[in-house]
Amino acid sequence: MSDVRVLVGTKKGAFILTADGKRKSWDISGPHFAGWEIYHMKGSPADPNRIYVSQSNSWFGQVTPRSDDGGKTWTTVGNKFAYTGVAGTHAWYDGTPHPWEFKRVWHIEPSLGDPDTVYAGVEDAAIFRSTDAGQNWEELSGLRKHDTGPKWQPGAGGLCLHTILIDPSNPRRMFVAISAAGAFRTEDGGETWKPINRGLHSQYIPDPSAEVGHCVHRLAMHRSRPNTLFMQKHWDVMRTDNSGDQWTEVSGNLPTDFGFVIDVNTNEPETIYVVPIKSDSEHYVHEGKLRVFRSRSGGNEWEALTKGLPQQDCYVNVLRDAMSVDSLDPCGIYFGTSGGQVYASADDGDSWTAIVHDLPPVLSVEVQTLS
Amino acid sequence: MIRVVLPPPLRLLAQTATEITVDVAGPVTQRSVLDAVERRYPMLKGTLRDHDTQRRRPLVRFFACEEDLSSEPPDAPLPNEVATGKEPFLVIGAIAGG
Repeated sequence: MSDVRVLVGTKKGAFILTADGKRKSWDISGPHFAGWEIYHMKGSPADPNRIYVSQSNSWFGQVTPRSDDGGKTWTTVGNKFAYTGVAGTHAWYDGTPHPWEFKRVWHIEPSLGDPDTVYAGVEDAAIFRSTDAGQNWEELSGLRKHDTGPKWQPGAGGLCLHTILIDPSNPRRMFVAISAAGAFRTEDGGETWKPINRGLHSQYIPDPSAEVGHCVHRLAMHRSRPNTLFMQKHWDVMRTDNSGDQWTEVSGNLPTDFGFVIDVNTNEPETIYVVPIKSDSEHYVHEGKLRVFRSRSGGNEWEALTKGLPQQDCYVNVLRDAMSVDSLDPCGIYFGTSGGQVYASADDGDSWTAIVHDLPPVLSVEVQTLS
Repeated sequence: MIRVVLPPPLRLLAQTATEITVDVAGPVTQRSVLDAVERRYPMLKGTLRDHDTQRRRPLVRFFACEEDLSSEPPDAPLPNEVATGKEPFLVIGAIAGG
């Protein structure tokens, strides 16, 4: 039977939760990197014992630990993220030019096939690649140097590249998302990039249908259908079936279509999950109820999943990297909250249990299915 | 032998006790002490100073002998008490945030 390992990044350290395939009884280790912010940690699909971590804080900056034994021990590897060439400027909140400055790694995406190759999405928005297991990082500067780069403006959380998706059928094709620039696609391994934001509509920018400027919160893909992407935008849940060339809104009957997370069921490519958040000024769940919404039709028709989740006086948030799915059948879905709970469902979302209740605020959740 | 006191987050990172010691050949300055610290604990590179400019990170402070030496030139001699090992060179995370 497969085991499951859940990697939880929090504002004050990392925690590793493990269970067998029944996903009923959990062992918890941590805090790892106690006191540090763990924006993200993710295991290599090619070698699940290889785990990469983004560890940072405001005082001492960015560190990137790596484990080669499934999180038992850690080695600190390279933390130099230097923009290529003259850094130049992007737009600041008030529209004035502002120098690009590295702040932290938001998201780590290991290669699907090579445990030594890993990508990092950073703030200020850029993508870096390491081909030596994190020792050295090189910017794929074609993204940041795109003609639209000087127009990119930060979202409330900063100008962050927070999502990296690799096409399983063609590793040279990748998708990234930046708050608040939008989504981009490369077909050549990251040398050149194209904005893929047609169909997005954002009322908070002067031209609501502009080529860039959209605050995309998260992208998700089912590995069997790499041309179909799902998006939780600032407001609006969207989908594309042509790799981002055109997006269509699928918010349907959601009580609010603001939110951060979105993910796809491992076994059902049209079954997707979101956690609606009340609004951009009230970052907590709607009506005091923690509800995951599931669509089995790829959007538009949504059902509230509430069994085992608090349905009154609940005012937590679920951040963009804080939902993940395992590879078992039925699919396990996991998410972490700003209140320090990690909830898990072992039945496609029908029912939920809190694996842990009282961690520091959760920043990220990733799941590994171990054979 | 130079005594250096690290703040808790960096002790955790370097897997050290509160106080470490390093040997410095030549003048004892902020730069030579930090170079020696980073040679012995390479995982601390970038956490105290910028990789390229070597500029002190904004929320890192350097104290010794009850003085704040953070704004002193990096090549200025540190107090004799630090150079002789009588007093430690303190790396402090500024009180900010939560």
